[in-house]
Amino acid sequence: MSRADKQSPTARPGSPGEVALGGGSAVEDPEREVGPAPRPPGGGWRAVFGYWFAVYKRIWRSTVISSFLAPLLYLAGMGYGLGALIDSGDRTAVPGVPYVAFVATGLVAAQAMMTASAETTYNVFGAIKWLHTYDAMLVTPLRVVDLVRGHLVYVLMRLTLVAGVFVGVALALRAMDSALALVAVPAAVLGGLAFATPIYAFSATIDSEQGFNVLQRFIIMPLFLFSGTFFPLTQLPVGLQVFGWVSPLTHTVALTRALGLGPDSALWLEPWRFAVHVAYLALWAGVGYLLAVRALRRRMVV
Amino acid sequence: MSLIRGTGLRKTFGDFVAVDGIDVEVAAGESFGFLGPNGAGKTSTMRMIGATSPVSGGQLRVFGMDPATHAPAIKARLGVVPQTDALDEELRVRENLLVYGRYFGLSREQVRARTGPLLEFAQLTEKTDAVVESLSGGMKRRLTIARALINEPSLLLLDEPTTGLDPQARHVLWDRLFRLKRDGVTLVLTTHYMDEAEQLCDRLVVMDRGRIVAEGSPRSLIAQHASREVLELRFDAADHAERVADVAGIAERVEVLADRLLLYVHDGDGALETVAARGVHPLSALVRRASLEDVFLRLTGRSLVE
Repeated sequence: MSRADKQSPTARPGSPGEVALGGGSAVEDPEREVGPAPRPPGGGWRAVFGYWFAVYKRIWRSTVISSFLAPLLYLAGMGYGLGALIDSGDRTAVPGVPYVAFVATGLVAAQAMMTASAETTYNVFGAIKWLHTYDAMLVTPLRVVDLVRGHLVYVLMRLTLVAGVFVGVALALRAMDSALALVAVPAAVLGGLAFATPIYAFSATIDSEQGFNVLQRFIIMPLFLFSGTFFPLTQLPVGLQVFGWVSPLTHTVALTRALGLGPDSALWLEPWRFAVHVAYLALWAGVGYLLAVRALRRRMVV
Repeated sequence: MSLIRGTGLRKTFGDFVAVDGIDVEVAAGESFGFLGPNGAGKTSTMRMIGATSPVSGGQLRVFGMDPATHAPAIKARLGVVPQTDALDEELRVRENLLVYGRYFGLSREQVRARTGPLLEFAQLTEKTDAVVESLSGGMKRRLTIARALINEPSLLLLDEPTTGLDPQARHVLWDRLFRLKRDGVTLVLTTHYMDEAEQLCDRLVVMDRGRIVAEGSPRSLIAQHASREVLELRFDAADHAERVADVAGIAERVEVLADRLLLYVHDGDGALETVAARGVHPLSALVRRASLEDVFLRLTGRSLVE
């Protein structure tokens, strides 16, 4: 125990045995006398989430159009409008799946990507460079990881809200028709996080907001179009299909489509495929998180 | 007990040396200043003390703790007023305190209980529900100070507290800081205004190019590095250096600025009479008490505010 304590002079306060060490440990580490408070000080990620939530409460009206209305317009235009051309009589382009259902189950994932990107670009860059919000946070006991976590939990909330509303509307319109469609919400949220964390890392790295134009034009828009949202990937040449399968959005769409259309559809997945898609998205989210923390630390702790 | 103790403190950014081995010690209850022009290393020093910027060399203890290993514990007991307010502009005054208090792990009830007295202290009570965007510069500054006091810190770090404020707003702010000092809060501030340093600091160091060039109380620094009074003479001359000969022997020391001569003398009015008796007639003349500006000029050969 005492050896373990020596190795970590900042041993977590409140851990058992801490008190019993008494004077011995104070000699090893003079800082100990005035040392850490009984609990790690600071409000942690919850306090950071509190900031983003307070801001959201003030500006949520301005997000209504991009978050809720735009995807429904896509659904109306592409799903019903284009769908009327694609489906004729009993024949549907994707066997057994009306085009509107095909698009709806893809759009929920694409919308998650868009929301994740919107919430982790200018918000992060602004908090670093324009508003100095992160500077203000870091003079308090909050740590860099608290900043990243609190922000991502806020993104998680936004993703849940956006995907939840979309699935709700799609169910009401019968564009989705399965009780499992509700499970498409967490799938879309996971897919959103697979974008949120690497984009966060990107935003914490770039020096100029010009980088967001590049991100939007060369990453987000192509992925939006070529990740199986509006047509099956198999329609593409093999080279582009490979590109498509790198995209986290393709995997999210596979999940939300399977869940949104239900076990009876031709696009249902075997359990191992579910597992692979989830694992791939979790990998993006996880690696992105580590990169985000590292990027923000490099940026803020100088 | 010393709240801050730094020895051989250094801060480098690549090849650039921002702070070049300074020793600094601040005792509890003291009000201490870093005086120097922009780029002297004041802010870098403050950020190291605030445990937000890692020390590049030397040793630093704040509240007896090492910022490298105990940053959150140090920050929990600090109040920091940064150069830029960094308030949450779209939120209300009250919400700013709430959000910020939560960063310290305070409960909503604790923050609510402190909000009233803090806003009263900052003279912002009637702005409680105003959106921050609508406040004046001076009000925002006072709100930043109120926010920095939410965790009831015993040590308050202020980086350029009144830069950019109009004279009236500055005096209101100084008055508030005096009150904190009287209540036993240790103040550490940076400034490039000598009047601010004279008003607020018991003791200060003069910094230039990352080093400390002098240390003491404002009064002792003036006594040591300047004379009692200064006679400022402005001539109708392209180069004031040409007129130094006209006042030779009158002052202990003569400083040539772009637009005037500074004569360091014990008795300003007496010196002015001597000048007039010689038949030298400046465009204008001014007698004033010596200030920290003169100390700085003496020590570095440059003005504080360019």
